[in-house]
Amino acid sequence: MASTSALLDNRRRLAAIVWRRPWLRTAALLVPPVGWMLLLYVAALAALFVYAFWGIDVFTTKVVHTWNLDNFREIFESGAFRGVIWRTIWIAAAVTATCAVIAFPFAYFMARVATPRVRMVLFILVLLPLWSSYLVRVYAWKVILAQDGVLNWSLEKIGLPAANIGYSNTAMWLVFTYIWLPFMILPVYAALERIPHSYIEASRDLGGRGLTTLRRVILPLALPGVVAGSIFTFSLTLGDYITPTLVGGAGSTFIGNVVYSTGLGSAGNLPFAAAFASIPLVVMGIYLVLAKRSGAFEAL
Amino acid sequence: MERRATRVGLWIWTVLVVLFLHIPIVIIVLYAFNASNIQGWPITDWTTRWFGPAIHDGEMQDALILSLKAGGLATLFALVLGSAAAFGLARARFFGRNAISFLFVLPIALPGIITGMALNSFFTFWHQSFGLWTIVVGHATFCIVIVFNNVVARLRRTPTSLTEASMDLGADGLQTFRYVTLPAISTALVSGGLLAFALSFDEVIVTTFTAGADNTLPIWIFGNIRLGQELPEVNVVVFLILLLTIVPVTIAQRLTRESGILRTE
Repeated sequence: MASTSALLDNRRRLAAIVWRRPWLRTAALLVPPVGWMLLLYVAALAALFVYAFWGIDVFTTKVVHTWNLDNFREIFESGAFRGVIWRTIWIAAAVTATCAVIAFPFAYFMARVATPRVRMVLFILVLLPLWSSYLVRVYAWKVILAQDGVLNWSLEKIGLPAANIGYSNTAMWLVFTYIWLPFMILPVYAALERIPHSYIEASRDLGGRGLTTLRRVILPLALPGVVAGSIFTFSLTLGDYITPTLVGGAGSTFIGNVVYSTGLGSAGNLPFAAAFASIPLVVMGIYLVLAKRSGAFEAL
Repeated sequence: MERRATRVGLWIWTVLVVLFLHIPIVIIVLYAFNASNIQGWPITDWTTRWFGPAIHDGEMQDALILSLKAGGLATLFALVLGSAAAFGLARARFFGRNAISFLFVLPIALPGIITGMALNSFFTFWHQSFGLWTIVVGHATFCIVIVFNNVVARLRRTPTSLTEASMDLGADGLQTFRYVTLPAISTALVSGGLLAFALSFDEVIVTTFTAGADNTLPIWIFGNIRLGQELPEVNVVVFLILLLTIVPVTIAQRLTRESGILRTE
């Protein structure tokens, strides 16, 4: 009994110490997760940068630890590689814009027109595809867009010529838009839902017509949501190689495909792959800093 | 409110978007029951005969087991680390607080190819061989934010007066945690854990860079789709995965109310 009460005393004493020094509690709680992120994740990003400035011995294919810019020179002097980078960024931007255009009216309906019940149903209908397997959804489109797939069959039924967009950049644009659309809908919805109704009434009282209110009040307030969504649509497209592999064609190589094919396998060139992967890292780094300024992170 | 024409237009747009989001999923589900081993449309003969060989496929089972192990362990790490971070940051105000929350979002905001390649370089640098544990590290790193976001949102809505009352009534820190705080955040933990598991179970880009020669279920599926082999079996597995993902998402949704991308809270 005595030992139990001594233990309890110690526990209380410890609780009292922590209670009197809140920073101690905060520190004890934060050290493990922050340590994990710094020692594993940030350190890994650092390793990526370090490898990017190393090279391999052409004969032994072993990594040589001499600092140089050869990888980057090789990437930027090659028209093919520049093309890959340009294509990836361009399609990621197109996908982001398309997602925003499709998502906005939908999110607006959810937030400001639908009854609570309908809103709830729509919510689940957006959430389910978001959380359904990414790979399965890309695969579904591969099957749909195939020569003898659903799309061509349907077009033929209504008397239109076959589309044959399987294995092309158009297919990639369509599939990426499909896959990441829920990531745009949710933050835009969250931003629209937070706009107080009094703002819209005030705009109307001041003589703002529907379109003026939309342009001058609703769109600016929804912008952080759009930016938050765009982080996902842009970043996820930028770093993908699955969709280009499955539905892309001969001229659809993405940054991800180059990293994948050079980074893995026996004929691999890890430093070169690391250099290539650090290009989207720089692009996203700039994008994230800008996005954070606009307050988008609160909308995630 | 909006004019009638605007409302009708928005209704139609909404229905079209819902159809766009769901028709592909319905179509791929139908293929699980396609009697032909050619992936054409329309499907003429229906069968369930691919279910047997798909479920008994040894490679598929190995991949499934690895996915379950990795998902379970990653979720466990994410629950511990994510909720610790949430408790540490929920009410604290100090310099660098925003930098720390930014740090947790980073693995999910950066393209998968970067996270994958970075971890690959890191493990190679330390001569760490690839396998279950390297997969777990990768998955836990991007699952932490899911738990973190769910728990932080719940803590912000739980009044501090509850824990203070518990302390006033003589409970020590552990008792307060056990009887007051934990019940208040339990559903947020469950939904965060379920979503973290779902994310890990489905991940393929980071995993290819951290798995070495091992196959998780998504890698097995990707390999078969790319090479166009065993597609009838893949169709069945894909159907079963879709069925399985409905469960955690609906439970998570029921346990909590509003939602962002990374949380159902």
